[in-house]
Amino acid sequence: MATDRRSARRARLIGRAFIYGALIALAAFYLMPLWVMIVTSLKSLDEIYSGSFIGMPQAVTFEAWGKAWSTACIGTKCEGLQPYFVNSLMMVIPAVILSSGIGAINGYVLTKWRFRGSNIVFGMLLFGCFLPFQAVLLPMAQVLGRLGLAGSIPGLVLVHTVYGIAFTTLFFRNYFITIPDELTKAAQIDGAGFFRIFFSIMLPAALPIIVVSCIWQFTQIWNDFLFGVSFTAGESSPVTVALNNIVNVTMGRKQYNVDMASAMIAAIPTLVVYVVAGRYFVRGLTAGAVKG
Amino acid sequence: MRRPLTFKDRLAALLPKLVLSPSILAVSVGVYLFIVWTAAISFSSSKMMPRFDFVGLDQYVRLWSTPRWITAVENLFLFTALFLAVTIAIGLFMAILLDQKIRAEGVLRAIYLYPMALSFIVTGTAWKWIMNPTLGVQKVVNDLGWTSFTFDWITRPEVAIYCVVIAAVWQSTGFAMAIFLAGLRGIDNSIIKAAQIEGAGLTRIYLAIIVPMLRPAFLSVIVLLSYISIKSFDLVLALTNAGPGSATEMPSTFMFSATFLRNQMGVGAASAMMMLMTVAAIIVPYLYSELKEDRNGH
Amino acid sequence: MATLEIDRVKKSYGQMDVLKEVSISVGDGDFLVLLGPSGCGKSTLLNMIAGLEDITAGEIRIAGEVVNDLSPKDRDIAMVFQSYALYPTMTVRQNIEFGMKIRGVPAAERAKATQAAADMLQMGHLLDRRPSQLSGGQRQRVAMGRAVVREPKLFLFDEPLSNLDAKLRVDMRTEIKRLHQRLGTTIVYVTHDQIEAMTLATRIAVMKDGIVQHFGPPQEVYDRPANTYVARFVGSPAMNIIPATLHVGADGRAEAAVSLPSGEARIAGIALSAAALKGYHGQKVLLGIRPEHFSLTAGAGLAVQIDVVEPTGPDTLAVFTMGGTEVIARLEPFAAAAGDRLALAVKEDKVVIFDAATETRLD
Repeated sequence: MATDRRSARRARLIGRAFIYGALIALAAFYLMPLWVMIVTSLKSLDEIYSGSFIGMPQAVTFEAWGKAWSTACIGTKCEGLQPYFVNSLMMVIPAVILSSGIGAINGYVLTKWRFRGSNIVFGMLLFGCFLPFQAVLLPMAQVLGRLGLAGSIPGLVLVHTVYGIAFTTLFFRNYFITIPDELTKAAQIDGAGFFRIFFSIMLPAALPIIVVSCIWQFTQIWNDFLFGVSFTAGESSPVTVALNNIVNVTMGRKQYNVDMASAMIAAIPTLVVYVVAGRYFVRGLTAGAVKG
Repeated sequence: MRRPLTFKDRLAALLPKLVLSPSILAVSVGVYLFIVWTAAISFSSSKMMPRFDFVGLDQYVRLWSTPRWITAVENLFLFTALFLAVTIAIGLFMAILLDQKIRAEGVLRAIYLYPMALSFIVTGTAWKWIMNPTLGVQKVVNDLGWTSFTFDWITRPEVAIYCVVIAAVWQSTGFAMAIFLAGLRGIDNSIIKAAQIEGAGLTRIYLAIIVPMLRPAFLSVIVLLSYISIKSFDLVLALTNAGPGSATEMPSTFMFSATFLRNQMGVGAASAMMMLMTVAAIIVPYLYSELKEDRNGH
Repeated sequence: MATLEIDRVKKSYGQMDVLKEVSISVGDGDFLVLLGPSGCGKSTLLNMIAGLEDITAGEIRIAGEVVNDLSPKDRDIAMVFQSYALYPTMTVRQNIEFGMKIRGVPAAERAKATQAAADMLQMGHLLDRRPSQLSGGQRQRVAMGRAVVREPKLFLFDEPLSNLDAKLRVDMRTEIKRLHQRLGTTIVYVTHDQIEAMTLATRIAVMKDGIVQHFGPPQEVYDRPANTYVARFVGSPAMNIIPATLHVGADGRAEAAVSLPSGEARIAGIALSAAALKGYHGQKVLLGIRPEHFSLTAGAGLAVQIDVVEPTGPDTLAVFTMGGTEVIARLEPFAAAAGDRLALAVKEDKVVIFDAATETRLD
């Protein structure tokens, strides 16, 4: 009996060791690229070419970060990522607010003011979540041109808002459907109208999903490359397009440390959001897969 | 004694539709009308500028006789198959391990998932550096003493596509893991207990009982990963720029270069329509079944 | 305070008729309970009174005024919901004041009304909490408080007690009755619980499949149900429905012959109109006998064999077979044990008779 118990205990311990070992190895694999990016960006170019890849920098230098931010060449201009970073901000902030706001009121209508055909409208919007954007690139480029928005930040704001509505509506619709209809009925009897119910009752109750929607949209729009590269050129590009430009266009010795610093600069906003509000990010991620 | 309906009453009744109409308009134009537009271009002789004539299936014929496109389609199938298989296997493995009452589960989950927050351009840039044959991982392993080790796939056309698979898997496993973990958490614990009492071992419980119960999660993961792989564009561009040569060409990169770089707007539109049809063939039945379930659920 | 008239009201969704010509009217200060199983149309009717659903045909009048086309806020009503429907992001005070604020009631008046309602419902200490910090019973009180401050013509209650546990349900039932006695406002109350209906109502409308089966005062519904459906729905245990044959007795009143395992027995002296008696002489009918209208007798009675006994404390439920069906009698504690052969008497003046085919009550 006693030996039985002891061997069972040992088997359990071995099992636990295996589980933790595997989990830690996987964690190392997933952290490795981030680690490599950071240490490379902090090394001097000579140290990199002397063959230091994964190790700590011998001497930490922020030179590459400085270059990436303000002097790296993109196209013919050598002003670094800074102006493109600002472009991305100018694009992402209005687009997030607009698409989330519109999604919120759409979700409210589609759950609390259902009408004949509202399910069809929802289905129509839903397909927009999965649209391969290649199918609309051409006409969108033409339309932006005719609206005088080609190659401009407002143009990108418009595009991201239009194609963001599908996801934000899905978020809010799936959230509001869990709020009992009796709540709107009670408010109607209290004399509240359409907008009053939305602003006084639904929106305050929707705080978590507002966060989810804003984070999701922020990440998607910040990380977008296809629209950026298709509809803008030169100075009005977002940061992802500029980053790709820095990395793929080389003159002279390839500056890997600047590449990595640039990649980090482009990644930091979404990484910060992820670290601060990861819980909400995951909710947005799974919302597309698991209906609410 | 009945009060007639006032203008205000009528307005109030119309308000919900009124509020929804800008979105309906935006989506009707931005999605559906634009799709029709692209379709029209794909049936026209457009090259550098859009032209609205009708040349039948000429552009599709031209598309399918372009070797680059054939490469792109072959790559897409290879990429999708590998990407799905590996991502699902690792993601499920991670989720099952994480479901064993792990200490620091939150931290580990965050580590597995953070790549999803990154831009594919950032991922591509990082992995391009890691796979650099002279200064990257190959050199590290060589320095450790295994001097015959080579990892120069990114420069070899016949295997470069696997580099894209590796980077894509790295970015997306966390997503598969999150969905599987949500599925596992939704399974009633007493089922596992009942199986244990019947004497089933843990491996058997997972293979025979738990994994089959994850069917909906599998469906979601498969559909969404397929969608990611069909539209993957930025990763390929940043990692290999569709090269070496056209070795890692994908439909998305083909469409982009045909349309914007090579002045073959008609062929580009035809390739976009092929992509759209592929996505629709996967997504529409999926959405339909999800919505139907939704309706039955209420 | 107001009268309520529901006049040939219909509700259809496409081809489906949810309500088929419902007519109910109650006076000022009445407590109307709409009673029925889920899907009978009672909640739909309540929502139509509130103005939350359209009326397909017919009229609803509150205090004589047709309200068909009035929006909920213009009907001068207040409603308490099953889930209470408290606004989750507002405090109790804000919940109660929300409606008054929309109507533009000045702050001082709002505070006064809120305080009065809080005092009446003993929830002054809860005013600054949020709904999530309240227990089920407290939420119920807040929902009632929110309704009370409107001082409406009509209170509407939609299954307000069904989310509470059994003990609390009884307490809140008393609370609602007290509220009605104090305010005297007309109330419409929807429930599927027949005990709630019996204890609260001044008028009950028993509904099934969108049709009012019986509309009347509770005691009438209990004593002389309009059909076997109502007889079975109201009362616990339900009224026994026993197949029998009707005859004219020696005293000129009705006499029912029922089969027992020991042979045929007769229940004499049942009140029935002469016309019905004549028409149904010798016919098969259904007898309706409440369990408490059986009693032990020393003399000649129905000779039955007890199958099962279920002591409840105050009395014992004895189950036996009569007329080929299972019958329950409510007897004194320890009056019977399983296997006993007993003689039972029936309060013949309480027996009701239903047509065997239509199952409606004969007068």
